[in-house]
Amino acid sequence: MEKVIFEYHSQPAAYVPVTKLAVANKYIPAEFLGSVELDLPQASEQDVIRHFTALSKLNFSVDSGFYPLGSCTMKYNPKVNEAVADFDGLAGAHPYAPEESVQGALELLYELEIFLKEVSGFQGLTLQPAAGAHGESTGILLIKAYHRHKQPAQKRTIILVPDTAHGTNPATAALAGYQVRQVQSDNQGNIDLAELKKNLNANVAALMLTNPNTLGLFERNILAVSRLVHENGALLYGDGANFNALLGLVKPAELGFDVMHFNLHKTFSAPHGGGGPGAGAVGCSKELTPFLPVPRVRKNREIFTLDYQPKNSIGKIRSFYGNFLTAVRAYAYFLALGAEGIAKVGRQAILNANYLRQRLEKIYHVPYSRTCMHEFVLTPQPDWAVNTLDIAKRIIDYGFHPPTIYFPLIVHEAMMIEPTETETKETMDTFAAALVKIAQEAAQKPEILKRAPQTSPVGRIDEAQANRQLILKYEKRVSG
Amino acid sequence: MVPRELKYSESHEWVKQEGAMVIIGITDYAQEELGDVVFVELPKVSRQLKQQESFGVAESVKAVSDLFSPVTGKVMAINETLAQQPELVNKEPYAGGWMIKVELSDNGEIANLMSAEEYEKFIQEGPK
Repeated sequence: MEKVIFEYHSQPAAYVPVTKLAVANKYIPAEFLGSVELDLPQASEQDVIRHFTALSKLNFSVDSGFYPLGSCTMKYNPKVNEAVADFDGLAGAHPYAPEESVQGALELLYELEIFLKEVSGFQGLTLQPAAGAHGESTGILLIKAYHRHKQPAQKRTIILVPDTAHGTNPATAALAGYQVRQVQSDNQGNIDLAELKKNLNANVAALMLTNPNTLGLFERNILAVSRLVHENGALLYGDGANFNALLGLVKPAELGFDVMHFNLHKTFSAPHGGGGPGAGAVGCSKELTPFLPVPRVRKNREIFTLDYQPKNSIGKIRSFYGNFLTAVRAYAYFLALGAEGIAKVGRQAILNANYLRQRLEKIYHVPYSRTCMHEFVLTPQPDWAVNTLDIAKRIIDYGFHPPTIYFPLIVHEAMMIEPTETETKETMDTFAAALVKIAQEAAQKPEILKRAPQTSPVGRIDEAQANRQLILKYEKRVSG
Repeated sequence: MVPRELKYSESHEWVKQEGAMVIIGITDYAQEELGDVVFVELPKVSRQLKQQESFGVAESVKAVSDLFSPVTGKVMAINETLAQQPELVNKEPYAGGWMIKVELSDNGEIANLMSAEEYEKFIQEGPK
């Protein structure tokens, strides 16, 4: 295993030019200078390069292989996005620069809002939230502001969440001060209308719904669901994590969603790498638009400005303008793919997922055997002496990233697979062949799976131990 | 493993009655389903709980699950050891892995919980 940078003690090697530090300490008054030598890593230039190159090789990314992580939409991140995000005028724009000097950057934000409104059918939009869950939180705050404004006397204190929801949904609702009530799914994997009716009352503020849901299934009763919710005076929140399946096919606003977050790092090809930065743009209906966070980007006679004035706004939710360069990548993706390309994304994502599902559904158990959307759920056959974790670990040995496992919670031993539209048939065939092989191993030699992975930098990790005894920082061992 | 002397809820908690006080934990079946428990969040002592209200959270390597109170009453004690040794929930679900002690408000609620035989049948019918 590669050592940490603090464990290097190397001197510059011969004949490697050394770059002198650009900042001299003559600018710092003497009384502010420390007297103790700092314990900083000592590594020569080539050791630094080799260290970080070695670390990068330990990583697995969508640039190194197939990454069918369900509900995460690990599509390929086109490199044109990076080229555009590196433009001086965009990468170098200072957040305090006067508006007249960053007109291009503001125009880009303004146009990206238009593109997102076009594909979703929403009337209002903000690019401020810095991640999906942050977008959810913003959306729920819009709903809270709306109810408070419309019916100040009525206390709507409950948010309904289906049992297939992403864990962030109940977390968001709870954080916003709501009580969370779970609504059960029917045997088709959709929301149970009778259950929904039972749970709807004058205290319900909203239903948070993911469509397609986390089983990869289209919510067939969506129009009935949105009618019931609206008749109750509540609003319908859309979790846009699975929006990739609908892109170019359906506009969520037309299904009755009042507000939805987009994950620019999923659907619109900005990278997820290293935990972000993501972007959780939020689209909403005309009724919710006055409450959107500030600043809003305005266009007035070809001049772009930032508006901090809307009086009913929920206020600021993020410093400056959200994760601007993530928005730039999404914008580049829209322009590079064009209207015609964008319109085909959802279609191809669905086709790919169904192709893979068809190839695997005789071999693995499929708890909801229906035409799926962009992802599907498999489980091990009941007579195999392995569990889902063992299969996931074995998939690593075949050179792929494992799918999402043990989610959604309503499926026992779930494995959730999302190939995305950017994978070729060849890649999916290779993956399917590996899963067929693993199924044979599971039936005949389960111990191979129990020992997996064998080919990764570290073997089977004791996940319980790793969670119980967190080691979050390097601590220097003092010798002697 | 379903001890005879305990009562059970549909959300897989067990209840042991000791006079006006009950001890609550999760069943062996529940810990098996959860997998290795890495964190248990318990309520404050003296909190008032309603029947079926969430009193805490058990987090395992697989999932985070709410814990539901099978009875109405006041929390009189919590198992502080679980903060350091959450694995007790897996190792000794009916002993060292107990979670809270509650002073009953309504003795009748106990009668409505499942017996050991009923709970065994309940879990045989499949995961819930």
